[in-house]
Amino acid sequence: MAIFENMGVVLALLGAVTAALAAGIGSAIGVGMTGEAAAGVVTEDPSKFSKVLVLQLLPGTQGIYGLLIGFITLTQIGIMGGDSDISLIKGILYFVACLPMAFVGYKSAIRQARASVSSISLVAKRPDQFVKGMIFPAMVETYAILALLISILSIFGINGLPV
Amino acid sequence: MAEDQYLYAVARIRTKELSLLSAAFFEQLLSAPDYESCIRLLKDKGWEGGGADWEEMFSEQRRRTWELMEELLGDTSVFDVFLYANDYSNLKAAVKTCRHRTEPDNIYIGQGTVPVETIRTAVMENRFEDLPEAMQEPAREAQRVLLQTGDGQLCDVILDRAALDAVYRAGKESGNEFLKLYAELTVACADIKTAVRAVRMRKNRDFLERSLAPCDSLDVKALADAALAGEEAVKQCLEFSEYHEGAAALSESLSAFERWCDNLMIRRIRPQLHNAFGLGPLAAYILARESEIKSVRIILSGKKNRLPEESIRERVRETYV
Repeated sequence: MAIFENMGVVLALLGAVTAALAAGIGSAIGVGMTGEAAAGVVTEDPSKFSKVLVLQLLPGTQGIYGLLIGFITLTQIGIMGGDSDISLIKGILYFVACLPMAFVGYKSAIRQARASVSSISLVAKRPDQFVKGMIFPAMVETYAILALLISILSIFGINGLPV
Repeated sequence: MAEDQYLYAVARIRTKELSLLSAAFFEQLLSAPDYESCIRLLKDKGWEGGGADWEEMFSEQRRRTWELMEELLGDTSVFDVFLYANDYSNLKAAVKTCRHRTEPDNIYIGQGTVPVETIRTAVMENRFEDLPEAMQEPAREAQRVLLQTGDGQLCDVILDRAALDAVYRAGKESGNEFLKLYAELTVACADIKTAVRAVRMRKNRDFLERSLAPCDSLDVKALADAALAGEEAVKQCLEFSEYHEGAAALSESLSAFERWCDNLMIRRIRPQLHNAFGLGPLAAYILARESEIKSVRIILSGKKNRLPEESIRERVRETYV
């Protein structure tokens, strides 16, 4: 099977992998950063464990979104079973459709981690303000969700295109 | 990013900040009826010791702060800028002890970048090469001046200037904005205090040139010229600098100006309370601890000498939290 004859599926797979990889790396960095800060607070005050744990996990969602996009793309292009005969144009389109989740996932996970670290500092001093502290990093999530949405709509839309 | 390596440390410091002495606690101390009541209140906050000698209590608090920093950072050399003043103070004590052949108790400060014993031995045995390079020449010169002229003040000027140069250099070379700010404020405030003292003691240009350390936020030459012209000229000189508010404090008294300098430092470091990244919050915590030690010392000394509450209150510094 010559690679150029199957360039479509190669590009589509590359898109799926990029989305899972970039968003996953972003989340790993983010959860690592928040984990360090959370450990700092728990060292001094173990009773705040549950509160800081929630804040630590917030930047982890982008990795899940990346995995979801990767999984949907794989099912659409037939790698998980079915017909994997994808035209070059469709392959490019799948690749491009995965990019919003890859880029926004990576960047938003790290920015959300910084907001979470700041909120962990807030909870360290004012545990009663936990809910407000959770809202600040959760705002960053909006943009990861928007990217997830546009990637999902694009991937499902490509299948019906006559190209 | 370099600032991300302090996430754990900053989060721990955020919790530690909860146990810093607040303005409300200082109010309690101020309104305490006597010295013993103050000691009791401090004991409740974990400030042990201080029965007869409060310096022991302050040493313990300093030791705890630096122990925490060592635990958080491993290598605390990044904060050497805060300890150079102690090194040069120890050097001053060693040089004078060597000259007078007497050694009073508690003249050395425990926290420093150079062990006290190294400084003592280097001065006693004239082995200045055992000291860090930057300390060698000032130590030699200070000892020579003291032995040849017996002028203790000139000896102090040489070592104080060397300390300021060391602080300024360390701040600049650290590459950290917070430490640069600390060095700048420390040197500028010390220069202004020296200029005012020089006016009052009618010192000449040579003294001023020897004692004023150059820094970015003050024109040292203009300050020296102003100091030769009089105290009003010094205040006018400050009007054109970022320390113009200090001129009003100077009109009050030198101790009011010293309080203004300490408060300025606290105000400039306070934004670190809301910073979750980098070295700044850790450095600010060290300075906040030093500031609270200074305020507690003022209150205890006032209470012991039965000064009126208002008179003590005027001297107490602003708090970080």
